[in-house]
Order: sequence, then structure tokens, then C-alpha cells
Amino acid sequence: MDINFTLIAQALAFSIFIWFTVKYVWPPLLKAIEERQKTIADGLAAGERGRQELELASKRSTDVLKETKQQASEIIMQAEKRASEIVEDAKNSAKVEGDRILAGARAEIENEIFSAKEALRQNVAQLAVAGASKILRREVDANVHADLLASLEEELK
Amino acid sequence: MAADKELTPSSYIEHHLTYLTTQVGGNEGAFWTLHIDTLVTSIILGVFGLGSIWLIVRKATPGVPSKRQAFVELMIEFIDNEVKNTFHGNRHVFVAPTALTIFVWVLLMNTMDILPIDIMAWIYEHVFGLYYWKTVPTTDVNTTFALALSIFFLMIFFSVKVKGLGGWMHELFCTPFGKNPLLWILNLLFNFIEYVSKPLSHSLRLFGNIYAGEIIFLLIGMWAATGIAGTFFGVFLGAGWAIFHILIVTLQAFIFMMLSVVYISMAHESH
Repeated sequence: MDINFTLIAQALAFSIFIWFTVKYVWPPLLKAIEERQKTIADGLAAGERGRQELELASKRSTDVLKETKQQASEIIMQAEKRASEIVEDAKNSAKVEGDRILAGARAEIENEIFSAKEALRQNVAQLAVAGASKILRREVDANVHADLLASLEEELK
Repeated sequence: MAADKELTPSSYIEHHLTYLTTQVGGNEGAFWTLHIDTLVTSIILGVFGLGSIWLIVRKATPGVPSKRQAFVELMIEFIDNEVKNTFHGNRHVFVAPTALTIFVWVLLMNTMDILPIDIMAWIYEHVFGLYYWKTVPTTDVNTTFALALSIFFLMIFFSVKVKGLGGWMHELFCTPFGKNPLLWILNLLFNFIEYVSKPLSHSLRLFGNIYAGEIIFLLIGMWAATGIAGTFFGVFLGAGWAIFHILIVTLQAFIFMMLSVVYISMAHESH
């Protein structure tokens, strides 16, 4: 138990060792450890974020799918409606066209009937006149009875 | 052992407990004695321990660590954790590296105790030509007192630094019993005893444990020299004590480190 100069020398050595550790040993390793901790924390955070994004994306894809299905069914419905409309329109226009054609035909027939009647009438009048003149050849002078013949012709019209 | 000395139990023990000394600067007197063995062994151990950690640490990578780096990290994180639980401040500036220094250095110095003393003595004498050479620096009170007193002065330094000189004086005079001027002397006396007992118990605990271990090795060695039975038991007892001593050596280094951290932490906190 003899205290001597060794104590001072050891204290000096101790302080030098402390200085060395404080300056050269502790900081680099602490830096490495802290950097690694940060890397790990970042990795975990990135993983968590990825998971959340995946969840979000799958939800979004379901939404989009649902919406698309709805749109598709709407489009099909509209198309069906439109098709039936077109068919209806076509029916209507066909009917109108048919009516028009029918009306035209009827008018033509009417015309034909009229002109046939006219021709017949003239023929009848001529035949009547011719017959009458044959009968009356002797008694009737065409000139004298012209007014009579004209009125007859008028009547037959 | 030198041939010119008669080998008796007392000369055997004396031989193992004598320092290699020198006088500093030509001064006479007991104080100016220097224990070369203690100093050289401790410095070699400190340089070896901290130097090898430094060699590993300077190539430290934040990526996948090598096995050596993992080992150093394990040790440093263990110490850092202990310090974190005790010291509430920025421990990375001073306290934690100091704790690492103490732990590594004291552990290595204590571990010298496990080296077989007589073989080491033979090596010192016949390889290095040193008749007296004490292997274990922590069986020298100068070492343990040097460490404990350094911590003691750090304690005072941090007390003054954190609380200011006035704050520290206030603490010395007004705690733990109260501010009443009648109690000032009592407070001061109480604090004085506390301040004296800290480095004393701090250093003597380490010294006592390691010194006792050394003495027991010596006694076992002496028994081993008494005959066949002594050698037989000496071998087993020596091995058993060495194995048990691994625990003591580590535990004492840890306790010394923890007490240093606790004392420095207490200096940072006001009552």
C-alpha cells in the first residue's frame, strides 16, 4: 500500500486513453451504428408505405372495375334502347312511305278511271250520234239539229 | 527465481509481490518511486485493447458488419445501454466513451490475474531478464487510486461545470439536511465524508478483489510445491479458482465502470 508517483503516471495514461476513445474510437462506430439504424428504420418505413400503397391500389382497381362494369351495362342498355328506337323509326317511316305510295297509286287509278271514262263517254257520244244519224239520216239534218246534238253531247258528259 | 535466494514461502510471496521500481528524476523519497511493471503492463494493455478496437472501428461500415465489428458493436452497445440507463444527458460526448475505456482497460488489467504466475515469472526473468515484475496492474493501489481519483476529479469538474461554483457550494452546504445555517457544518461534514468515501470504496473494491485473487493463486502455488498430493490438488484448485476468477475479473471491471458512470451522473444532477 505505498502510494507513489505511479499514481500520477497511471492517471496520465488513463486520461490519454479516455481522450483517445472519445476522439477516435467512439464516434466512427456510433456513426456506423446510427446509420445502420436509420437504414433499417427507412427500410421498415418503405415496406410499410409499399404495403399501404398496395392496399390502396387494390382498392382502387376494385373501384375501377366496378365502375367499368357499370358503364358497360349502361352502354349496353343505351344501345338496346337505341336499337329499338331505330326499329321503331324504320317501322314508322316504312308505314308512311307505304301510305304515300298507296295514295299515289290511288290517285293514278283515279286519273286512269277518269280518262277512261272520258274516252268512253266520247266514244259513246260518237256511237250515239253515229247511231242516231244512221237512224235519222233521212230525217235529221246535221246542220239543222246541230244545237240539239251539242246539247246531247253535253248531257252525256 | 534467482538461485542466490533461498526458496521459502515468505520469499516466494515476497518475490511475486515486489515491484520493479525506479526513482523519478533522480529524486529520493518514497513518493518519487515509479512502478515500472505496473505502468508498462497497463499501458501495453490499454494500447492493445483500445488500439485493436480502434483498428476495427475505423473500418466500421453501416452495412453488414464483419464478425469483429459485430463483436465490438455488441460490447459498445452493451456499455452504451448501461450508460443510457444511468446518465441522462448527451452521453456520447464524454461519459459513454469513458465508460468504454474503463471497462476495456480494467478488464484487460484484471485478466492478467488469470495468467499462471510462476510461468509468467519465469518468462519475465529468463526472456526479458526482469527478476521483479508484477503482472497485474490492478493489484497495485496506485492504479486503482489513479482511476478512482481521476473519476473523483471529473466528478468535481462536472459538478462545477453543470451547477456552477455557487451551485456546487450551495449543494455542499445545504444538502442533504436543509438550508438552516445551523446545519451548514453538518451538511458539509456529511458531504465531505461522502466525497472521501467514494474514491476510497471505488478504488479499494477493485484492488481488494484482484489482490485477494492474486494471493489465493500464490497460496495454491505454494501448496502445489509441497508434494504430489499438493500438486494434484493445486492443479484442480488453481484451475477452479481461475475459472471462478473469470467471473470476478469481468464483474469487477463492470462494477468499476458502472460506479464511475454513476458518480459522474450524480455530479450532473442536483439534489
